[in-house]
Amino acid sequence: MTHGGSDGLVVDAEVRRGSFTLAVSLAAAAGQVLGLLGPNGAGKSTLLSAVAGLTPVSAGRIMLAGQVMDDADAGTFVEASGRPVGFVFQNYRLFPHLSVADNVAFSPRARGLGRRAARSAASHWLDRLGLAGLADRKPGQLSGGQAQRVALARALAGQPALLLLDEPLSALDAGTRLDVQAELKRHLADFTGPCLIVTHDPLEALVLADSLVVLENGRIVQEGSPAQVARQPRTDYVAKLVGLNLYAGHADGSEVKLTGGGAFVVPDHGQHGDVLVAVRPSAVVVSSQQPQLSSARNTWPAKITGLTLLADRVRLDLDGQPPALVDVTPAAVAELSLDPGRQVWLSVKATDLEVYAPGER
Amino acid sequence: MTLPAPSRLTARERARRAARGGASRSVPAPLLVPALIAVAFLVLPLVGLIIRAPWGHIGAALSGSDATQALILSLWTASLTTAISLVIGVPLAWVLARTRFPGQRLLRALVTLPLVLPPVVGGVALLLAFGRTGFIGRYLDSWFGITIPFTPIAVVMAETFVAMPFLIITVEGALRSADQGFEEAAATLGAKRMTVFLRVTMPMIAPSLGAGAVLCWARALGEFGATITFAGSFPGQTETMPIAVYYALENDPNAAIALSLVLLVVSVVVLVSLRDHWLRGGSVT
Repeated sequence: MTHGGSDGLVVDAEVRRGSFTLAVSLAAAAGQVLGLLGPNGAGKSTLLSAVAGLTPVSAGRIMLAGQVMDDADAGTFVEASGRPVGFVFQNYRLFPHLSVADNVAFSPRARGLGRRAARSAASHWLDRLGLAGLADRKPGQLSGGQAQRVALARALAGQPALLLLDEPLSALDAGTRLDVQAELKRHLADFTGPCLIVTHDPLEALVLADSLVVLENGRIVQEGSPAQVARQPRTDYVAKLVGLNLYAGHADGSEVKLTGGGAFVVPDHGQHGDVLVAVRPSAVVVSSQQPQLSSARNTWPAKITGLTLLADRVRLDLDGQPPALVDVTPAAVAELSLDPGRQVWLSVKATDLEVYAPGER
Repeated sequence: MTLPAPSRLTARERARRAARGGASRSVPAPLLVPALIAVAFLVLPLVGLIIRAPWGHIGAALSGSDATQALILSLWTASLTTAISLVIGVPLAWVLARTRFPGQRLLRALVTLPLVLPPVVGGVALLLAFGRTGFIGRYLDSWFGITIPFTPIAVVMAETFVAMPFLIITVEGALRSADQGFEEAAATLGAKRMTVFLRVTMPMIAPSLGAGAVLCWARALGEFGATITFAGSFPGQTETMPIAVYYALENDPNAAIALSLVLLVVSVVVLVSLRDHWLRGGSVT
């Protein structure tokens, strides 16, 4: 675990909500954008809520900028209103009865500035986020992208030491999402404190975050740089997210016996013991007959169970030892007449297999 | 199997169904007849009031000093009642909606009891508490020389006792159904609980607050039983409009009808303003 340092965030806590328990230990340094990735109900929003002080921890503690925010053992707790935290909520929660300017001025005002000083603080942030022209509008008159920027401006206007974003782009339609995402990335780069961003969109996480934490069932199952997580997924959920075939197995030199049946020949790096093997769907070759002489060290029969048309390719769902997802071109589907139920042969080169230890997380 | 014979469908009805969707909207007779009886029952008495009104002499009937005094007394006591209810009833609604403590259900039941209690019982209860020999009134009298019954203060107290619960339950319901996410957002923006209450919670339930206040005012304006029991009916002092109507009916029916008309007009205005509040309440969220 890396340490957040004196101006970072350190969470080492448990939050119990009914039968659900979130138990995490993570740190985010100043300037770092930490992406929290995970399926629904994994505890991502609960984590944000605990960090913001909306939910107290049941055990452990949360430190921000060297100060205790919440410590269950010591009984210390800083109320949400006392924490230097900016929170961008999933549906923004802009106050419908206040103008954009008053929404953004809310935090400076609540934190003790006079009406005029709060107004000028707000106009600074409105200018910075390109919202000056919308100052007098009500939230109901904003587009999704504008509302998202107002929410960000409102959170930043309180001059927080930490920024929390809960699925900041999920309320947007696909058309505006990419633009807003690029813009958000720029603004996050300007923010000096640590930033936690919850998402269940892997692409969003890869674009926005410097490092990722994957939560499943209230536990951290993987953390690392986006590139690392994308190349070496540790769980089926992550593998599916980043679009890889993932197999657990037992390595013995150049052979990996897969837990679910089947085996792979892999480049011999002298690996022994439990390993994970990741394969890109596009690295697998489909043949209508058993390939005779081939450089691919791994060849096995499989049955097509499904076809899905992706943007420029067709993803085949295959049942075999082991099962696999394979990407082929639409032309290949037509030439080989790949239909559900069809028996085919799959082959993959040993060098296209990514073999790594499952690790602790 | 025989299919039912087709019925007639006019072009207008076709257009309406196409625009609104759905099947036939004709009302079956077993529902229509009782519905019409109910309408007649509710509307006919008001028609009677309007038919029998001494339209030529309404000014004269109302200009009697008693009537004017009663109207003025009713208006200011109902308004003061509403103001008091806002100041003490809204905080109580918040406590009931947003906190949890032992005995809360019992408290809510007690607070809403005046809604179902016969007002005259409320008047008797007030008399037993604040009357000259009441368990509180006794000390008010002997220590401070304050006598409440049969004064305008008693009118306001009787009206508050009966009308405030309307405001409380309206506001409490609004607080319960309000999205607390906005209050959470306010907290993360550094607002303490009182700031959240004043700058977020109150403005967001403003339509319900208005509706509750209007309901409370209307109920206070029409209060009769508790008022006449606790405050009596001294013209100019404690004789409110409903009480004036009741006494006028015996010796000056025309004045009674004129006074009733005034109350009817006030009620219609209240109803229209309530409708407006509810409509706005729907469009805010």
